[in-house]
Amino acid sequence: MQANTLSGGFADPATQSAYAFRSVMEAMARPGTIQDIEGAAPPAPLSPAMGAVLLTLCDTETPVYLAGDMDCEAARAWLAFHTGAPFVGPAHCMFAVGTWDALTPLAVYPIGTSEYPDRSATLIVACSELAAGTTLTGPGIKDQATLSLPEVEAFQANRTLFPLGLDFIFTCGERLAALPRSTEVSRSSSEAIAQAGAS
Amino acid sequence: MTEYNFAYLDEQTKRMIRRAILKGLAIPGYQVPFASREMPMPYGWGTGGVQVSAAVLTPSDTFKVIDQGADDTTNAVSIRTFFQRTAGVATTTATSDATVIQTRHRIPEEPLHEGQILVYQVPIPEPLRFLEPRESETRKMHSLEEYGLMHVKLYEDIIRHGHIATSYAYPVKVEGRYVMDPSPIPKFDNPKLRDMAAIQLFGAGREQRIYALPPYTQVVSLDFEDHPFEASKADHPCGMCGATDSYLDELIIDDIGGRMFVCSDTDYCEVRQAAGHKGKDAA
Ligand SMILES: [Zn+2]
Repeated sequence: MQANTLSGGFADPATQSAYAFRSVMEAMARPGTIQDIEGAAPPAPLSPAMGAVLLTLCDTETPVYLAGDMDCEAARAWLAFHTGAPFVGPAHCMFAVGTWDALTPLAVYPIGTSEYPDRSATLIVACSELAAGTTLTGPGIKDQATLSLPEVEAFQANRTLFPLGLDFIFTCGERLAALPRSTEVSRSSSEAIAQAGAS
Repeated sequence: MTEYNFAYLDEQTKRMIRRAILKGLAIPGYQVPFASREMPMPYGWGTGGVQVSAAVLTPSDTFKVIDQGADDTTNAVSIRTFFQRTAGVATTTATSDATVIQTRHRIPEEPLHEGQILVYQVPIPEPLRFLEPRESETRKMHSLEEYGLMHVKLYEDIIRHGHIATSYAYPVKVEGRYVMDPSPIPKFDNPKLRDMAAIQLFGAGREQRIYALPPYTQVVSLDFEDHPFEASKADHPCGMCGATDSYLDELIIDDIGGRMFVCSDTDYCEVRQAAGHKGKDAA
């Protein structure tokens, strides 16, 4: 076992996970807002924000899917030691971790059932940036919000499944944002204008 | 070593509740099942709300508890003291200073702001329960949006009483999808559920359900075109602060039938009195 497997967890799990959860909850309750999240120092390719989300929400009861490059010895060993979460394929996961390219296509993840729509996966996406971008409307949003999303169509398709569907947490460094299934995603007006001009 | 874990609950239980809260926020109005834990207080004292508060509180929070609008009931004091001891949170009775407010049966009069969380204690989370006692059936009804019976029940009220007699726990529809029980708040409070800037979380301990309303969520009280919903209250000003816009409790003030109407939200009333507002019964 490598030294960095044992380190990088929460030094004070009860209070640090309480703060981390509030960041995740604020993000999920207010889509498009960008929250700070601290306290975790996982080995690459996991980011500090990803590590903190996983430490806060995962344990032996939450199957995790590591997509693409995230499925490496360092990430597996760190998560196993700090959370005990079992590793599974995408079809049986409660949480999936990866870059957008590695996580897609989305059709393979559990979206819940009509009687239990909560039995659906949450995707934790590694992003190279978190910024303003695509226009968002829906619960949690006063008028409208905006967030940089890796694409638009997949989130629009996910919205049509409501109340079923996937929920997303976007992470970058020590920051995160979220997009629940309830959010309506449209192209930002600037993009729409640019597209109209190009065609 | 401290005697308790932070906020009393063990970390695994808090993680489970936190996961349920996130799914509740993602599916507004849908009741997420969770494995409720024993708490060191009886069920009637709001163990669902207490567990949700335990899962969201941080040491930096300022915590307020109201029981039917009052901060000083045994129930409210006991829960406030519990988290003061187990989570080290600051406590307050001032609505505007609180970051987390746990409530039984009221929404504060003062509009809540972003950054605040309102946690409701819920006795019966299922709005369809009195129409259909079987959980398997109500779950099916929610999945199929079969809410016709609910409207029939409300309409029977109208036929019997000339108006909708339901005055507490008045059912609402969330974002045009799920019918939800807002907990036994007076229907006067129903309009505050809609477009609230704060996060609203609902915890039912005995029934093991958590549900949520993100900020700025569309919440509509069920009604009929010819009998629109009305957020009624006693038609009096508050005897202590003179407020005409607050929900009132009726108090018997002597043994010859003397009555007085006073704000049920004690903080709201005290702030108004401190600002110089005076009702007709004020000393
Ligand atoms: Zn008053």
